[in-house]
Amino acid sequence: MSNEFIKLFELFIAASLINNFVFTRFLGLCIFFGVSKKMETAVGMSVTFTAVMMISASLSWVIFTYIMVPLDITFLKIIVFIGVVAGFVQASDTIMRKVSPSLYYKLGIYLALISTNCIILAVPLINAGEHYSFIQSLAFGFGSGVGFAIALIIMASIREKLELADIPAPFRGLPMAFVVTGLIALAFTGFSGLITL
Amino acid sequence: MADTSRGSYWDLIKNGIIAENTIFKLALSLCPSIAVTNNLRNGVLMGVAVLFVQTMVNITIALMRNFIHPKIRLPIFMLVISGWVTVTDMSMAAFAPDAYKQMGLYIQLIVAFASILARAEMFASKNKVTPSLFDGIGMGLGFLFALTVISFFRELLGKGSLWGFPIVNTKPLLMMILPAGGFFAVGILMAFFNWIDLRFFKKSAPASH
Repeated sequence: MSNEFIKLFELFIAASLINNFVFTRFLGLCIFFGVSKKMETAVGMSVTFTAVMMISASLSWVIFTYIMVPLDITFLKIIVFIGVVAGFVQASDTIMRKVSPSLYYKLGIYLALISTNCIILAVPLINAGEHYSFIQSLAFGFGSGVGFAIALIIMASIREKLELADIPAPFRGLPMAFVVTGLIALAFTGFSGLITL
Repeated sequence: MADTSRGSYWDLIKNGIIAENTIFKLALSLCPSIAVTNNLRNGVLMGVAVLFVQTMVNITIALMRNFIHPKIRLPIFMLVISGWVTVTDMSMAAFAPDAYKQMGLYIQLIVAFASILARAEMFASKNKVTPSLFDGIGMGLGFLFALTVISFFRELLGKGSLWGFPIVNTKPLLMMILPAGGFFAVGILMAFFNWIDLRFFKKSAPASH
């Protein structure tokens, strides 16, 4: 039992630090750059993203394992996973609006941004490709959410300070953000080889 | 928006490569792009894949545009895009298995490209087939161009080779083929294109969010 738990912990560390989805796998960049300008948007997005990630990872796993594999239609996984994510985001949008308007007011906009982004698709695809079990998929999804949160919060805290800096004209805006991200990515390279999966 | 009169098909193509270049100007669909550009071969293959998907999606949507109910058009676009990406994914797995092993995930993620969806929405659903075809080719070529430039520099500086053939004997700047190098390369190239804009075209809006 403890072996299983260690494997879960490794997956979590791998998804959040070693193969951090933003800094090592380059996923979710559009949202990353858009939302990391302020700390509050960064935190809001992190929370929404981790929740959506875990639920859609579980949903996709269930559909993949119990419907697609027995019917041998796994080649349709791209289409199906997108459908699952889009449908789930739409549903949670509607549900949130009815059940908890205050929460919707705070976090609702992020839902729309999440619906077709690279990370949300990448995690179910990786889960399917590596044949993780249900708990492993959940751990991987949770790790990816935490990794994304770390990336967003670090980036937001730097960018808030960067607003006041004197940057040469061609670099202003996105190019500078890229260079800063590169520096953070360089630091994250230090995590590689921490745990060999 | 580019017009669709007879003589301006070339304009459509030029538009996609320069004025509305997906990566350097619109700053869209960056995710898989940086991931696969650590050597020239992968970068070019990814660019070709996107060119193919973009063009075929534009043609398909333009053919279907009169039959799509406006309220469900986004899911329909996603379906069409996923279908073509699946085709590309499988073809690449069959014809270029080594490259596919390295970047299979990112080929599948073409489905999430905002640029392809945006193009279908803004252009292909409102124009006839031939202009849409050229628009798709233009945007795809722009993407291919951007990826080629990025991977050219990353492989040359990071490994001293191009497409696997060694050019210089040392590895000047190994960092370039690491993820961090990808970010640096795109940031610096974006700044370079901004600089060209400011200097030669006196345009005052650099690529920024």
